[in-house]
Amino acid sequence: MLSELSVEDLLRKQKRLRRQFLENQNGMRELRIAVLGGVTTAEVVDLLELLLLDAGFRPVFYQSEYNRYFEDAVLEPEKLVEFRPEIVYVHTHWINARNNRLGAAATAAELQEAVAAELARYQEIWNSLHQTVGCNIIQNNFETPPVGLLGNSDCVSDSGRTRFIWELNLAFSNAASKDPKLSIQDLNSLAAMIGHAQWYDWTRWFSYKIPTTPEASLAIARSTAAIIGAIFGKSKKCLVLDLDNTLWGGVIGDVGPARIEIGKETALAEAYTAFQQYCLDLRGRGVLLAVCSKNQEEIAREGFAHPDSVLKLEHFSAFKANWEPKHQNIQAIATELNLGLDSFVFIDDNPAERALVRAQLPMVLTPEVGSDVSLYPAILQATRCLESVRLSKEDLERADAYAANAARASSAAKFADYGAYLDSLQMSAEIDLFSPVYLDRIAQLINKTNQFNLTTRRFTYAEVEEMSKSPDAIPLYGKLTDSFGDNGLISIVIGRRDGVALHLDLWLMSCRVLKREMELAMLEVLVERAGACGIERLIGYYYPTAKNKMVEEHYGQLGFSLESSTGEGSIWSLNIAGYVPRTRHIAILQKAAAANL
Amino acid sequence: MNNTEIIAELQPIFADILDLPDLRLTAKTTAPEVEGWDSLAHINLVVAIEKHYKVKFALGELQDLKNVGDMADLIIRKLGA
Repeated sequence: MLSELSVEDLLRKQKRLRRQFLENQNGMRELRIAVLGGVTTAEVVDLLELLLLDAGFRPVFYQSEYNRYFEDAVLEPEKLVEFRPEIVYVHTHWINARNNRLGAAATAAELQEAVAAELARYQEIWNSLHQTVGCNIIQNNFETPPVGLLGNSDCVSDSGRTRFIWELNLAFSNAASKDPKLSIQDLNSLAAMIGHAQWYDWTRWFSYKIPTTPEASLAIARSTAAIIGAIFGKSKKCLVLDLDNTLWGGVIGDVGPARIEIGKETALAEAYTAFQQYCLDLRGRGVLLAVCSKNQEEIAREGFAHPDSVLKLEHFSAFKANWEPKHQNIQAIATELNLGLDSFVFIDDNPAERALVRAQLPMVLTPEVGSDVSLYPAILQATRCLESVRLSKEDLERADAYAANAARASSAAKFADYGAYLDSLQMSAEIDLFSPVYLDRIAQLINKTNQFNLTTRRFTYAEVEEMSKSPDAIPLYGKLTDSFGDNGLISIVIGRRDGVALHLDLWLMSCRVLKREMELAMLEVLVERAGACGIERLIGYYYPTAKNKMVEEHYGQLGFSLESSTGEGSIWSLNIAGYVPRTRHIAILQKAAAANL
Repeated sequence: MNNTEIIAELQPIFADILDLPDLRLTAKTTAPEVEGWDSLAHINLVVAIEKHYKVKFALGELQDLKNVGDMADLIIRKLGA
């Protein structure tokens, strides 16, 4: 695991590690990254390459010549366009920022003018990149200068360089909040975390135009890899938590629920309370919580009835307290939540349990958290495994949606006939062509759905946007609402027209709406739309992966006929002429139709 | 440590960074005659040497080095200082 190697080892063994990764490159996804630098970017890129290889990508880089970032992006973008990047990382430094023109007597107006001018220069870069290559952009903000000429008042004075950087960073954040294809890398916080004394290295700046220490370069590379991972849906989705000495102090089976350490009475109790609050805050932004503890279930549950417990039973999407080995429980949780094992992080104070899970389930991230709970939030943040590009409405409501699912499951048990159960859900689906307001969610779903995914093709936000405008594409999204709540946007089908045939490049669905006949509703709208454009045949593809066996028979079940089948997958077709709609339990709304009501 | 001993210690560091397991360094070895010893590899070599000997080269100290022997002499001076 690369995370255990020091920067010294990484740089020293870089060439060999790279060679070894590339020798076992089966199934690694090529990722084309252009790095436009205001400084020498080679060291950061070498480290980033290793981190991305470790994350299962096969990165290919384009690097601008030293300090030619503006020229490459704006004036002579030909080489960049030819490279066809999927990500452009604009890695500039405050040294590149043109703030020196502010004299000591600068006024407030002059400061604002200088900030606006510098922002405009970057906007020219971003806009040009949008127009020429159209892919996701990662732009770092800036560390504050290590020496404020005015000392403390450098952050106050209109001529202060620290003040200038603060204002510019805020302007970058404002710009990025309005631009879904622009991600800001918070270099300022990164430098603060490491400390300027360990961040800057002026010998290297003057010798090689690298302004940072190797340690800082590694921190930059890790943060960049995390953003890229998040863009391509590799962030973790569920935190699996041990109980005794992880969520509270003491062994609840020994001391009893009244005597566990939680609350405000002791320093230790406060630290456990703070960690519970951190977990609850993560849940609020879309991370699922699950319990995996060696305990008697009734006793374990009593811990959350403690009046000082911040976490309550209803906050957990899965709860496993028994004496089975933990790796088996985590597998059971994965099945229950319909998530791949690589979506999980496991937190346990017991090093033996961590070692077991790490050995049995290497795809589960098991950080070395140690036994001091006060450090857990910082250790977990440092893994950057929960990075999110931007929060969508679905993220904010996800944990509650899973809770509603549990309610649906328990009500399903009461119906003898499954159809009657589906009717009782009073489902209605909105199925329509991609529209701009959903593009964020669509890109997110495309990049993280693994199980109900026929082709597992990934598309970036930029590609999704392009498809939504293409005359030869029928890109459909589906949203499903039922009596328990709104499931949000949960299905995507992308058809590509070729004469009278429509190739289904993508068909995916979130597992939270499995067995609801949503796929029948999607097919119905697809057939209708395709028929209206004169298409006669739908061609479906199934490409098997380690995770999508559940949809092996998807097209067969929808009434497609098998055309051919090889080890690499199967091809299916459906003639529109003979199609009979089969949706029985979902009312379908198309926005165009709904508007006429 | 003398010049020869330092060069013997540098050899595995250079071999790792340049990914040349069979590399043999002598006092007379220079960058142009070693495959892959370009300016970027040089940055990595300096980092590795600094970390290995727990020294930090000052600006300008590396400028006049002609070969591996000069580098070894500089390391001896830094260790003695």
